[in-house]
Amino acid sequence: MTATIKAYRRENGRVGIRNHVIILPVDDISNACAEKVANNICGTLALPHAYGRLQFGADLELTFDTLIGTGANPNVAAAIVIGIEPKWTQRVVDGIAATGKPVAGFSIEEHGDLEIAAVAGRKAQEFVQWATELQREEVPLSDLWIATKCGESDTTSGLASNPTVGNMFDKLDKQGSYLCFGETSELTGAEIVCADRAATPEVRQKFLDTWNAYNDMINRHKTSDLSESQPTAGNIAGGLTTIEEKAFGNFQKIGKECKFIDVLEPAQAPTKGPGLYFMDTSSAAAECNTLQAAAGFALHIFTTGQGNIIGHPIMPVIKVTANPKTARTMGDHVDLDVSGLLSGEMVLDEAGDALIDMVVRTANGRNTAAETLGHREFIFTKLYQSA
Amino acid sequence: MKPDIVIHDPTDSVGVAVVEGIEAGQELAVWIMDTNENTSIVSKDPIPLGHKIAMVDLAEGDTLIKYGNDIGKVVADAPTGHHVHVHNVKTKKW
Repeated sequence: MTATIKAYRRENGRVGIRNHVIILPVDDISNACAEKVANNICGTLALPHAYGRLQFGADLELTFDTLIGTGANPNVAAAIVIGIEPKWTQRVVDGIAATGKPVAGFSIEEHGDLEIAAVAGRKAQEFVQWATELQREEVPLSDLWIATKCGESDTTSGLASNPTVGNMFDKLDKQGSYLCFGETSELTGAEIVCADRAATPEVRQKFLDTWNAYNDMINRHKTSDLSESQPTAGNIAGGLTTIEEKAFGNFQKIGKECKFIDVLEPAQAPTKGPGLYFMDTSSAAAECNTLQAAAGFALHIFTTGQGNIIGHPIMPVIKVTANPKTARTMGDHVDLDVSGLLSGEMVLDEAGDALIDMVVRTANGRNTAAETLGHREFIFTKLYQSA
Repeated sequence: MKPDIVIHDPTDSVGVAVVEGIEAGQELAVWIMDTNENTSIVSKDPIPLGHKIAMVDLAEGDTLIKYGNDIGKVVADAPTGHHVHVHNVKTKKW
């Protein structure tokens, strides 16, 4: 039987599980004005970030994709866009407006922060009062797009928490869900085994080309053990020794059966229908999550060993651990403890079902640990220096 | 029985400590997940939670196997029961 959730059906048919009215700055210097609006109008959320000025080419396009994709995400009911200049502000507004949701843009030049905060605030108030009357409706769980990533991993991730996600992905893939994994560099050592999980020879080659390009970039800049970045000092403290070991653990998140049907560019929305997608991303948690949310994924499953505490402003992040010490010492960050898999008190199928249950509860409105703790990491991927 | 050490694949040359406080000289219960078999091993070093123990004698130059796959090269001997980590294993990649 297919599970259902209570969620918001947006104008374009996509399903959201949160109902945010966001105040989205186009650029770094518009953060302050966006935050003024969010301070004035209860029920809005500002999304400050570090970029948006003097970027060009592919790097600028990725920033636009991230901004527009975040505003277009079905967890967003309506959006106010604030930028310093009118042209780029309008481009973000138009991109979000293509979903059919309410969006309005304001540019600060020739007006100043205070005047824009006033007019944008009035529009934001209107959006909040409209959005708060929207009702959740019953929809199939398979309409919820789900992404995954792991962070501060240790050996318990590969043994138990990642296989738990894999068990759920195998089950949801059969029900026609949209699923996503990424972390290009963190498949190093397992890249051939991962490539073999592509649905077609073309997708397999696309994955290998993507992995090779990322690996070439790392080789151009590399230091010994990548300066304790891959694995991190936390990974090593948790018992992970090499990138290969981390990669095979990471890779458990896509289960044993489901195959990926396409390779997405960073922040690119899937276009091949339901199924598992690989996205080319950094393995840094906030960068990867921000790209997955910008591609339209509305819920995130994040596994951790040593205790990564990440969240996201508009995409709820469910935290899963199998490390009994982390579950004990950092329980305020943990939504699902599957350490019972390592003590023989639970089998994998039960853990996968427990995760599905947590997904349904979170979709229906339960706030995640990261939401209650105010974790709203919104971090752009930068491809190269600005002009 | 509650395991002290878990192994992914029967061909793995290391297991992972899943309990805290393993000291040298302890007889440890080992569970092999893929085959659901049980065995045992005696620790020769303290093994912190999440860290690896050599299930066979590992010699410098050997390939370390976990998940049934190559996860790096042994750079210092690690006899059965000893702690296996960054002091005796390195990546073959970066």
